[in-house]
Amino acid sequence: MKLGMKKIFALVAAFVPALALAAGSSVPLDEHRTDLHDTASLQRGAQTFANYCMGCHSMEHARYNRVAKDLEIPEELMMENLVFADKKFGDKMTIAMTQEDSKRWFGANPPDLTLVARVRRPDWLYTYLRSFYEDDSRPWGVNNVVFKDVGMPHVLAELQGNQVLGTALVEEGFDTLTGQPIMVEKEHVLYIEEEGTLSADEYDKLVYDLVNFMVYMAEPIAVERERLGWWVLLFLAIFFVPVYFLNKEFWRDIK
Amino acid sequence: MSQNTNKIMAWIDDRLPVTQTYEKHMSKYYAPKNFNFWYFFGVLSMLMLVNQILTGIWLTMQFTPSAEAAFASVEYIMRDVEWGWLIRYMHSTGATFFFVAVYLHMMRAILYGSYQKPRELIWIFGMLIYLALMAEAFMGYVLPWGQMSYWGAQVIISLFSVMPYGDLLTEWIRGDFLISGATLNRFFALHVVAVPLVIVALVVMHLLALHEVGSNNPDGVDIKKHKDENGKPLDGIPFHPYYTVHDLVGIVVFLMVFCTVLFFFPEGNGFMLEYANFEPANGLKTPEHIAPVWYFGAFYAILRAVPDKLLGVIAMGAAIAVLFVLPWLDRSPVRSWRYKGIVSRIYIVIFGFNFALLTWLGTQPATELLTLIAQIASVIYFGYFAFLPVAPKFEKTKPVPERVTGGH
Repeated sequence: MKLGMKKIFALVAAFVPALALAAGSSVPLDEHRTDLHDTASLQRGAQTFANYCMGCHSMEHARYNRVAKDLEIPEELMMENLVFADKKFGDKMTIAMTQEDSKRWFGANPPDLTLVARVRRPDWLYTYLRSFYEDDSRPWGVNNVVFKDVGMPHVLAELQGNQVLGTALVEEGFDTLTGQPIMVEKEHVLYIEEEGTLSADEYDKLVYDLVNFMVYMAEPIAVERERLGWWVLLFLAIFFVPVYFLNKEFWRDIK
Repeated sequence: MSQNTNKIMAWIDDRLPVTQTYEKHMSKYYAPKNFNFWYFFGVLSMLMLVNQILTGIWLTMQFTPSAEAAFASVEYIMRDVEWGWLIRYMHSTGATFFFVAVYLHMMRAILYGSYQKPRELIWIFGMLIYLALMAEAFMGYVLPWGQMSYWGAQVIISLFSVMPYGDLLTEWIRGDFLISGATLNRFFALHVVAVPLVIVALVVMHLLALHEVGSNNPDGVDIKKHKDENGKPLDGIPFHPYYTVHDLVGIVVFLMVFCTVLFFFPEGNGFMLEYANFEPANGLKTPEHIAPVWYFGAFYAILRAVPDKLLGVIAMGAAIAVLFVLPWLDRSPVRSWRYKGIVSRIYIVIFGFNFALLTWLGTQPATELLTLIAQIASVIYFGYFAFLPVAPKFEKTKPVPERVTGGH
């Protein structure tokens, strides 16, 4: 314990090298233009999450009925497609897998994902889920550019296909004279070696929806919060008028 | 009707000085008529104090102070409790705006020399409030039991280990060999009961001391020197109704800014609710970048600017302690910066911006360049306090007017 304290101190007093990039990512991240008003996207994301993620990852702070209400999913449909068999509509979105099992299988506990979009941020998630690549040295045969040596297998591989990290021809702008794309050979790029059931665009779209859903789950009140915020500001703006003139009236005779 | 009311009031006043107190502190408290923008931040601090106490009471109704349940109970408040999210954001955003108001309130005192004789005790009480507020905010940030709650507490508490018997002392503060549920529970008790009581008591003392000597003003002149035939200061106006309606304008504008942040940027871009704090506390996983919440940034930057840990802690302590003796460091014959010499006037502005810079630096990773900047900024910070006592020796002040200027 004392050693622990010393270590912390080293963190404070000694000059820690720059570790500016949150969550340890040092690769440029693709932008996720989150749209929490796109209910259809959120519904698709919920479906993907239930089908591919919830085997291992819980969302233990959230409840099924809240998701159904917010995403306008009818109770029956929700129960049939998105709620695990032993669960009730108002239950929290926990999973059956125990921590002991997961530790044995993956070497790490798959974290609860209720708040992951607030911890990692949407851009990180969007890039991470599209950055798995083949790596035979890893237990699951995949590694990740954004999260090196991650314990998680590429569960969406059947959709994305087999992505590898290597040398490939990459489009880099257009030749201004001919209008032809300029192809440059680059090292360390991700490319699909063997296509999955989805095209690259479709896969990006699927991940976009999934991340959209995760952002919603991290703060389900976000849309309502902003909606209410406009009314509160409107009230304050209107309230300002009598307050301003009341003050003016009282101070008229003060020189 | 009104006669009856008068009778009732008279009956009460014979037993409890209600009318007398109201007149002393409101309707017959004469405040200078030339208060400007800076004078809003006292009442705004008070508004935030009330906000924190009220929202805090409601939060405790659902919050579970235990290492096992704290994190989940905050999410329960955010999701399952009706309007819980609003109360929680009011509290978390309120903490930030409390500090914004307090810092600007303190800057006002520095600009206009409001700490100078005879207002030294007001300043001392204010500093004690500030100290208590820092303890309050620190312990409050531990309660949601996220990663930054845990590791922030680890860093701050470890600062005490440089003191004599440091290991015993830190163990005594934590109530355990490491940060644990025991720490969380005692911080909860201190955060919701002990420190708020201290703060409220100090605020009362702060105001009693203020109303005893009267408010300063942007000119730093004494309004009690010129009174009318009834003994009222010529440049003074009753606090109520003049400043109550006046402050109301400031309050509404302030609330607009407050609500904009609350409803549209409740995380404050990671400066108010740090992203890592949405992950439950884990004593085995050290976050890569442990940054304090923004309002501690300045002192944290000074701490890190010193390459030796003991000296760093001493420098940080000194940065706070030196503020306590400010009334005795400032030897200027005038109060307000308006009538001080040009070097003083420039330095006072630099001091303000320099503090803001230090605040920002404290939230950033300590790169070589930023550390160098923090070192320079630390010197500028302490330099101001070294400059104050010697300034009158080489600097001429401007004549102070007899009566207040400007105003309305």
